[in-house]
Amino acid sequence: MYDLTPYIVLFPLLGFLILGLFGSRIKNEKLIGVIGSGVVGMSFLVATSIFIHMLGLEEAKRQYIGTLFTWISTFTGTVTSLSVSVAYQVDQLSILMTLVVTGVGFLIHVYSIGYMHGDKGFWRFFSYMNLFIFAMLNLVLADNFVLMFLGWEGVGLCSYLLIGFWYEKKFTGDAAKKAFVVNRIGDFGFLLGMFLIFQTYGSLNFETVFGSASVMSVGSPALKWITLLLFVGAMGKSAQIPLYVWLPDAMAGPTPVSALIHAATMVTAGVYMMARCSILYALAPATLQFVAVIGAVTAVFAATIGLVQNDIKKVLAYSTISQLGYMFLAMGVAAFGAGIFHLMTHAFFKALLFLGSGAVIHALHDEQDIRNMGGLKKYLPVTYKTFLIAAIAISGIPPFAGFFSKDEILWKAFSSDYGSVVLWLLGVLGAGLTAFYMFRLVTLTFEGEERFAHDAHPHEARKSMTIPLMILAGLSVIGGFVGIPRSLLGGNAIEQWLDPIFAPANSKLMISEPRVVWSEYVLMILSVAVAIAGIYAARMIYLKRIEIASAVAERYSKIYNLLLNKYYVDEAYDAAIVNPIVTGSDKILWKGFDVKVLDGLVNGTAGLVAITAQWLRKIQSGVAQNYAIIFIGGIVFILTWLLIR
Amino acid sequence: MVPIQSYLALSAVLFVIGAAGVLARRNAIIVFMSIELMLNSVNLTLIAFSVYLGNATGQMLVFFVMTVAAAEAAVGLAIVIALFRRKKTVNLDEINILKW
Repeated sequence: MYDLTPYIVLFPLLGFLILGLFGSRIKNEKLIGVIGSGVVGMSFLVATSIFIHMLGLEEAKRQYIGTLFTWISTFTGTVTSLSVSVAYQVDQLSILMTLVVTGVGFLIHVYSIGYMHGDKGFWRFFSYMNLFIFAMLNLVLADNFVLMFLGWEGVGLCSYLLIGFWYEKKFTGDAAKKAFVVNRIGDFGFLLGMFLIFQTYGSLNFETVFGSASVMSVGSPALKWITLLLFVGAMGKSAQIPLYVWLPDAMAGPTPVSALIHAATMVTAGVYMMARCSILYALAPATLQFVAVIGAVTAVFAATIGLVQNDIKKVLAYSTISQLGYMFLAMGVAAFGAGIFHLMTHAFFKALLFLGSGAVIHALHDEQDIRNMGGLKKYLPVTYKTFLIAAIAISGIPPFAGFFSKDEILWKAFSSDYGSVVLWLLGVLGAGLTAFYMFRLVTLTFEGEERFAHDAHPHEARKSMTIPLMILAGLSVIGGFVGIPRSLLGGNAIEQWLDPIFAPANSKLMISEPRVVWSEYVLMILSVAVAIAGIYAARMIYLKRIEIASAVAERYSKIYNLLLNKYYVDEAYDAAIVNPIVTGSDKILWKGFDVKVLDGLVNGTAGLVAITAQWLRKIQSGVAQNYAIIFIGGIVFILTWLLIR
Repeated sequence: MVPIQSYLALSAVLFVIGAAGVLARRNAIIVFMSIELMLNSVNLTLIAFSVYLGNATGQMLVFFVMTVAAAEAAVGLAIVIALFRRKKTVNLDEINILKW
C-alpha cells in the first residue's frame, strides 16, 4: 500500500504534461476539466487509501520512506559529500497535509470547471493548477530539504503563473511579479538556512538532520540562525510581517487561485515547514519566541486592515494573513499540533469563503466592491448559507471547526511555558476583530438593502460550483471534531495522531502532558463571548444602523485612512526599496554602465577594427608590381633568416 | 679553369638586375625582358653546376627552362596585346584594377 505513494505525486504531473502539451488542441472544455480535476481526485483517492491503511497500523509502522531515484550525488573529496534523492516520506504529518492539499484541491478544481467556463485560457489554467498541486505535494511529501525546496520554489512559480493568468491586464502582471519577488526574498533566507544545515549536519536529509539534532542540547547559535533563516522563508511564503505585501495584490488572479493557493495550500507551506522542523525549533527557544510574536502581531495587524477594506477578496486576503499569524503563534508557543489543526480547518473555511466570494463575483458580473452588493441572500441561497457557515466557523463559534482549532491555539498561547498572557490577549483581540470583519462582510454582501445594479440579474451558480461549496461547508462544520480537547471530553484525535511527529521536540522543550484546568474553560467562554460580541456588533451596525460606521470613520478619519491605505506599507517599501533600485538601475546600470561602458567597448572595438582596416586597405593598390615587391621582400627575409640561423 | 664562383656571382648579379627590372620598370615589355633575364641567369647557374659536377641533369633542366620561358613569353606578350587593346597603354602604373 505504501508503495503507491509516488502515484500521489505522479498523477498531477501527468495532468500538467497532458494539458500543457495538448490542452490547446482539446476543444472540449469538459474533457480538460475532467482530466485536470480527475488527476487530483485520483491522488486524493490514493492518499485516502494510504491513510486508512495507516489508521490500522501501530504507531511505529506509520512512517515510510520510498525512494524513487538519486538526484544529486557528489563526493567533494574530504569528508563532506552531498547525496540527495527524490524520495517521498509518508508519516502522520505528511499524509494529513496531502489529504488537505488533494482533497481541498480537488474540490477547487471541480469548482473551476464552472468558474473558468468560456475563458480562452481554460486549458492553461488547469495545467498550471495541476503543476501547482504537483509542486505542493513534492513539498509536503519530501524526505529532504532539497526536494522540499523544489516544491517550495515550484509553488512560488505556479503562484506567479496563476496570479498573472489574465496576463493581458498590466496590474495582474505587476501583482504576479510582486508575489514572486517578495517570495524570492523569503526563499533566499530559506536557502541560507539550508546551507547552514548542510554545514552543521553534513546532510540535507530530514532523518539524518533531525536524528543528529535530537541529541544536541538547547541553545546552540548555529541552530538559532538555521531556524531564523528558515523562518524568513516562511515569512515570505506564508505572508507574515514584513513579507506579507504580495498576498492582497495576489487577489488579481482568478478566485479559485486565491482559494487554492492563497488560502488552503501554498501559504501554509511555511507552517508545515516549521512543523516538520519542530525539533530544530525546539532547540532554539529564542526563535520560537520571535515566531510567536511575529505571528500574534501579524494576526492583529492584518485584522485591523481587513476591518475597513471594501473589496470582498481583499478582506479575505487580510483574513488569510491574520489566520496564518495564528498558525505561527501556535508554532511559536510550541503548540505544533494545534497549528497544523488550524491549518486544516482554515483550509476548509477559507477556501469556502473564497469560492463563495467567487460565486458572488460571478453572479454580479465581476463586481468586487461590497459597497455595491447587498441583499444577495435572496438570489444566491446556497452561496449565502455556505458562506455564513464559513463565517461562523472562522469566528470561532462552537461547535464549528474554527472554534476547536483557534481555541486550542489561544489556550496554548496562555498556558504554555512558551506562551504569555500578552500573546493570548493579542490572539483574543484578533479573534474579536475577525468575527467583526467577517460578519461585516457577510452582512454587507448578502443582507440589507440591494445596492447592486439591477440589470445584473444575479442567480445561483451551477452545480459544479455549488457542490464543492456544500462539501466544504460540511467540513467546516464537522472538521473540528477531530480535535475536541480533553477538557471537553474529547480524545483530541488529531493531536494524538500527530504526537509521534512532535514527540522529540516536545521532550526537548520539556512539555508535559497537558492537564485539564478550570482556567481553560474560562478562556474558552471568554473567546466565544468576544466572538459573539464581534458578530453582534457587526450585524447591529451594518444591518440596522449603518450610519454608525460612516460616523466612526469620519470622527477617527486619520486612523480610518491609515487602515484603508494598509498603513502605507506598500508606499513605504516603494519609497525605501523599490524606487531606489529602479532609479539606480535606470540611471546607473543601464544608461551609465550598459550603454556607455559595455556598448562603448563593443562598438569601440568594431570602430578600431574599421579604422585599422581602412588603413591597411591601401596595400591593395592593384598594381601587380607592388605585389611583386612584397613577394621579393618576403623571399629575401626568409633567406636572410635561414642564413643567419 | 674559371672558378665556379665567378659563374655563380655573374648569375646572381644578372638575377638581381632582372628582379629590379621586374619590380621597378613601368613598361610591360621591359618587365618581360627582365623576366627573361632572370630565367637566363638561372640557366647559367644550372650549366655551371652541371659542368663542375660532371652531371648532365643540369643541362637537361636548362632545356626545360628554355622551353617554358619561350612559351611563357608568347603567352605573356599575347596578354600585353590584349591589355593594350583595352587600355591603349603598356604603362604598368596605370593598370591597377586587381583590387576590390
